[in-house]
Amino acid sequence: MTMAPQSSTPVASTDLVTLTLDDIEVRVPKGTLVIRVAELMGIEIPRFCDHPLLDPVAACRMCLIEVEGQVKPQPACAVTVTEGMVVRTQRTSEMADHAQEGVMEFLLLNHPLDCPVCDKGGECPLQNQAMTAGRGTSRFEETKRTFPKPINMSAQILLDRERCVSCARCTRFAEQVAGDPMLELLERGAQQQVGVAADQPFDSYFSGNTIQICPVGALTSSLYRFRARPFDLVSTPTTCEHCASGCSLRTDVRRGVVTRRLAWDDADVNEEWNCDKGRFAFMYLNEGRLTHPLVREDGHLRPASWPEALDVAARGLAAARGRTAVLTGGRLTREDAYAYAKFTRIALDSDDIDFRTRVSSDEETSFLASSVAGRPLGPTYADLDIAPVVLLVGFEPEDESPIVHLRLRRAHRKNGVHIVSVSPVRTPGIDKIGATWWECLPGDEARVVASIAAGADSDVLAHLRTPGAVILAGERLAGVPGALSAVADLAASTGAALGWVPRRAGERGALDAGALAGLLPGGRPLDDASARQQVAAVWGVQASDLPRQPGRTVGSIIDALITDVRRSATGETRLIDALVIAGVDVSDDPRAGELLGALDEGPFLVALSTHHSDVTERADVVFPVAVVTEKAGAFTDWEGRIKPFSAAVRGTPHLPDGRVLAMLADVMDVPFGNGDVASLRAELDLLTPWTGPHPDAPTVAAPTAEAVGSTSARLGSWRLLLDRGRLQEGEPHLAATARATEALMSRGTAEALGVAGADVITVSTPSGAVTLPLRIADVVDGAIWAPMCSEGCDLLSIGAFHGATVRVTGGAS
Amino acid sequence: MALDQSVRDQMSDIMTRYPEARSAVMPMLHLAQSVEDEITPEAMRVIADMLGLTAAEVTAVATFYTMYKRRPVGKHHIGVCTNTLCAMLGGDAVYAALSERLGIGHNERDVDGTFWLERIECQAACTHAPVMTVDWEFMDCQTPTSALDVIDRLSRGEEVVSTRGPVIRDFQATEHTLAFPVDGLAGFGGEADAIMRAGLTVAKERGMSAPAGPEESG
Amino acid sequence: MTPLTPVITAHWDEPDLFTIEGYRRTGGYRALPKALGQDPDAIIATVKDTGLRGRGGAGFPTGLKWSFVPQNDDKPHYLVVNADESEPGACKDVPIMMANPHALLEGVIISSYAIRANHAFIYIRGEVPQAIRRVATAVREAEQAGLLGDDILGSGYSLHVTVHSGAGAYICGEETALLDSLEGRRGQPRLKPPFPATHGLYSAPTVVNNVETIANIPWIINNGVDWFRQFGTEKSPGFKVFSVSGHVRRPGLYEAPLGITMRELLDYAGGVVGGDGTVKFWIPGGSSVPMLTADHLDTPLTYEALAEAGTMLGTGTPMVFNSTVSVVKAVTRWLEFYKHESCGKCTPCREGTFWITGVLERFEHGAGSNADMDLLLEVCGNISGRSFCALGDAAATPYPGALKYFRGEFEDATHTPVDEVFPPAASYIFGEVATR
Repeated sequence: MTMAPQSSTPVASTDLVTLTLDDIEVRVPKGTLVIRVAELMGIEIPRFCDHPLLDPVAACRMCLIEVEGQVKPQPACAVTVTEGMVVRTQRTSEMADHAQEGVMEFLLLNHPLDCPVCDKGGECPLQNQAMTAGRGTSRFEETKRTFPKPINMSAQILLDRERCVSCARCTRFAEQVAGDPMLELLERGAQQQVGVAADQPFDSYFSGNTIQICPVGALTSSLYRFRARPFDLVSTPTTCEHCASGCSLRTDVRRGVVTRRLAWDDADVNEEWNCDKGRFAFMYLNEGRLTHPLVREDGHLRPASWPEALDVAARGLAAARGRTAVLTGGRLTREDAYAYAKFTRIALDSDDIDFRTRVSSDEETSFLASSVAGRPLGPTYADLDIAPVVLLVGFEPEDESPIVHLRLRRAHRKNGVHIVSVSPVRTPGIDKIGATWWECLPGDEARVVASIAAGADSDVLAHLRTPGAVILAGERLAGVPGALSAVADLAASTGAALGWVPRRAGERGALDAGALAGLLPGGRPLDDASARQQVAAVWGVQASDLPRQPGRTVGSIIDALITDVRRSATGETRLIDALVIAGVDVSDDPRAGELLGALDEGPFLVALSTHHSDVTERADVVFPVAVVTEKAGAFTDWEGRIKPFSAAVRGTPHLPDGRVLAMLADVMDVPFGNGDVASLRAELDLLTPWTGPHPDAPTVAAPTAEAVGSTSARLGSWRLLLDRGRLQEGEPHLAATARATEALMSRGTAEALGVAGADVITVSTPSGAVTLPLRIADVVDGAIWAPMCSEGCDLLSIGAFHGATVRVTGGAS
Repeated sequence: MALDQSVRDQMSDIMTRYPEARSAVMPMLHLAQSVEDEITPEAMRVIADMLGLTAAEVTAVATFYTMYKRRPVGKHHIGVCTNTLCAMLGGDAVYAALSERLGIGHNERDVDGTFWLERIECQAACTHAPVMTVDWEFMDCQTPTSALDVIDRLSRGEEVVSTRGPVIRDFQATEHTLAFPVDGLAGFGGEADAIMRAGLTVAKERGMSAPAGPEESG
Repeated sequence: MTPLTPVITAHWDEPDLFTIEGYRRTGGYRALPKALGQDPDAIIATVKDTGLRGRGGAGFPTGLKWSFVPQNDDKPHYLVVNADESEPGACKDVPIMMANPHALLEGVIISSYAIRANHAFIYIRGEVPQAIRRVATAVREAEQAGLLGDDILGSGYSLHVTVHSGAGAYICGEETALLDSLEGRRGQPRLKPPFPATHGLYSAPTVVNNVETIANIPWIINNGVDWFRQFGTEKSPGFKVFSVSGHVRRPGLYEAPLGITMRELLDYAGGVVGGDGTVKFWIPGGSSVPMLTADHLDTPLTYEALAEAGTMLGTGTPMVFNSTVSVVKAVTRWLEFYKHESCGKCTPCREGTFWITGVLERFEHGAGSNADMDLLLEVCGNISGRSFCALGDAAATPYPGALKYFRGEFEDATHTPVDEVFPPAASYIFGEVATR
């Protein structure tokens, strides 16, 4: 049962009222709804339209109760308590019981008796209530209402109208929570039905929640419809692996196969919601998996036994000790990331490790070390609810951390929280969270943030200086020189809490676990002797055994690998002889091409992966590892909140990365420990956040503004929530709800570039070109926006990133 | 017929009548219907875009109200009140006669697109039962014969005058009036008819009047 | 015998009463300067003192409603005139708007001034274009005459009036549904509290009043409390435009003090036509109030006396049915109406009207049963008091009332189609009404 959000501040006794409910006297805060009081008392009042996270509507009339002094029964979901109120539920009131019985009969009147084939059967509030309090037989002799079925609300969401009880939970969710009122009640009276416009499907990023809150089986998903029975599913609480929002999920497994995912309650984080990626993008877990270790022989990968593969890998890595590098990617659990951090330092004698195979910079490394790694929890979701201002910089929550978006929308809707977004585009998300759009040319974020610090808007600055203010910095700032420095400076100068919101679920955990050159677990600076001492003690090694100098981050690793190509040719010693790469989607890195090219040229490559990839293709040894549902672990969300989970699918042969690394270490004769999640957690528990001095924040100056030529524009870009990401593979219904791939420009920019009349435009860089449909929109003048990695628009492949200057021409290339 | 710029300009004009533009959605739908003879998905999209709503929000409104039709109505909308009082007093017979003559039933349009027939609800003209409407203009106190005569005259293109309103134009013209009601036709129909002033007539016959107020008497 | 007292209808035989000149010639717009010279609170007090009750059906005291509007806030206030007259049997607001739109408008200006509104809306059902034209044209005339707009008659008070066309939905007569409709939404009723007086149109303080109620205001301002209270009774003061329809010789609008009886109105209306010349049943104020029989013809048409008789004054628009009419068929038709007009929001009304209608249609075809008669009573009981708004209660009204007085007809309808017992043609009034 979802509980309504509780105020964290204690309630003064003067704000309490006393009432009697079913002869029990209770004191509750003024303004509480009777139905919530009953819940707190453990008294269940049946309900269909009521939902604690939606505004009351009192439409279904199921929760009618008796209030002394009122002639008519009252809806418990809409009546607030008053002093001295005497309430009787169906347990103690004939009036309430009779009223509920009547409503139940009405609800079942036109409801089909198709429970045996209905997805909701077995977990259906209407079915439960009918079984508990309904009549055995119907007194309705007329013909039931029928509709053609099912109809698509979107490619993913299906509607069987005859099952609908018009509770309006789905439509209220769409309007109130998601801000996507594309799903509405249509028609009138007995013909009233949920529906969409003829030409606009319910393509909300949050559409799947409507299925979950539907109290009957009216809404179903293309993905799950007719796939399973609730009693055939084994459910496990899990944490979503798709982004850094940190949603609690429930993963339902049918005979070893992940069949469904639902949002699970976490009042502090996702409440009861999640996004459609988290709900529907799981087919990758079940499909195309690596099953055996592979070893390269005569240029080809062949299946190998575990002992053989471990032996080959261990020998290759041992030979390269001190000249090895590790790329972990941003998707690992914190425990697995920690295993890599430890393995790199004690088995490979290296500090060349990075979890970022995406745009990154030394400035970001320094920012993470100074302002994020090992910092305590916060700012939090709850802080957003009551912040005097939330400043978003280089961060589009709806696409990049959807639950932050939902929370900001609620903060705006319920509390009128002042939100400002520094962005090149006035996005739909900005409007849905009621934010002020602070126009910013892509790449100019540093200057804009500095201007805010200098008081460009006195209200915003005053609010930032008010305790509780929050600044949220997005991942793309790593590619904008000076931006993270400016953000850190703004936070320092105003006292605002600073949150860094990476896109991937494992990034914050990897950072805190020490999977970044120069940082040991808990945010400990590697170059601090006492930090090394603390870590060595936990790892059972001498501090002197640990690297002393910060190693290479991803950029330097790629540089070194490229240098190595030349050095190999001239017979010089390689800088990096071996690499360990975890399940990394290297295509996210703007230098992916260079990296893959360098991997072709020689380093001994060990890959731990769930699926085949560009990396496994080039590896000397490949270890298959467990996907997230096959292992226990935890993700640390953007707040710094650790969200542990256990394995949803048990009994598969796949081992988590930590176990594979432990076996490798064992073969390499390095005392590593068992590498299981419990051991890794126990060590992490000892490595509590660093309390010593953190390094200073970076102070990279914004480069001088670069003029954009008459045929060019500054590129604004980020990844849309639903795009060509690998974890979304295998779910066409979800993909069909993605936003259109299109380029956005202001009319002024389009006219200046001479493309105002063009249907399509071409964005080009020296490395290539992408042709896109053009739409005129609210975009800062001088900029063009396009999605990073959508169908038909892979900007990274042409070396274009947020802030880059790109050539724009009308028509196709 | 598409909603061209002049229609959009009229819609913008309607929006200025209200403190919040969304209030204009109903008259805007009437206007769209006056142009297209029905409410099309395109019209709902145009209105949604002008009001900053989703097409679903406009569809939700358009499908709620009986007067918005999602199929072309044709030249004339014929309504016959078949709510209890009119029905009992003869409305059922009027409806049956029209239905038979036109060969169509409730909410249907005849083959050549001249008439749409609808059983309508109480028209606030019970004193004038049985009530028919042509393009929503009152045709009071009907009989099957008089109703068929109206249809016949309209079919022949002859002038038909509302019993308490203007010369019948067509459905789309009335829909335009609903969007822009100052249409120069308010004077038609003249003063209250005999039924509306039945009480006044009796009062005068019997020398009854309301007691004068202090102003008149003082 | 209670005399007829034409007030609102007094000059309806003037050929141009609907124009500003015609209205002025008959004394119109004399109340306005008087009102604008008073403190708004004084007007509210006057209206309160008259005891004027809303003429839309619920009979809520108008002055009291006005006094709920917070008077010293900084939000805009709105007056919304409910001109959505759609109650079966009610036909007095549409005639008022057609015959005397300026009386309504003068009332609107004074009422808006009293509640400190600078924008008023007249929400007229869309199916009556001639009424809409006349009111909209009256607004235009009043604007041109300086009676609307900025600084009315030099008083410093400004008012803008928007005439809004509905589009066919009975539920919009419910005031909160009307407000949602006026905001460009589906006309479904809102949760109360908060009430419109504090959170009405655009969440601002709003008064929603019926056309006839507002049309009373100029006469109240002109003639005062005592004059008004000489009409009617203590609890039902004032005069009322009664629309008398059905099987009567002279159907039409009869303005008389509240407290007049149906027998008296029938007399003015020339008595019953058709059938055996007697009243079989009649309904005082729209299909949403319970029916009465010839035994109740002497009941005064007041809020209190009709309540005592087990019904309500409602819209005060009596419908009269003669002996040829099948009660079963009448009730079925009304339920079909409620089913058609149920907004769909709440379960009891949406499903209940669907259910009852189906069962009643069986009765109409002679296929009801005794068990169905009890079932229908129970279903009505399960709607009444449990629905979201009064539409559900209204839908649950006709059947129990009919069963109370005409049980035998329902029993007959368990074996014989009603059209056999009551040939429809016998009820037709073609050529029998005096005024045509």
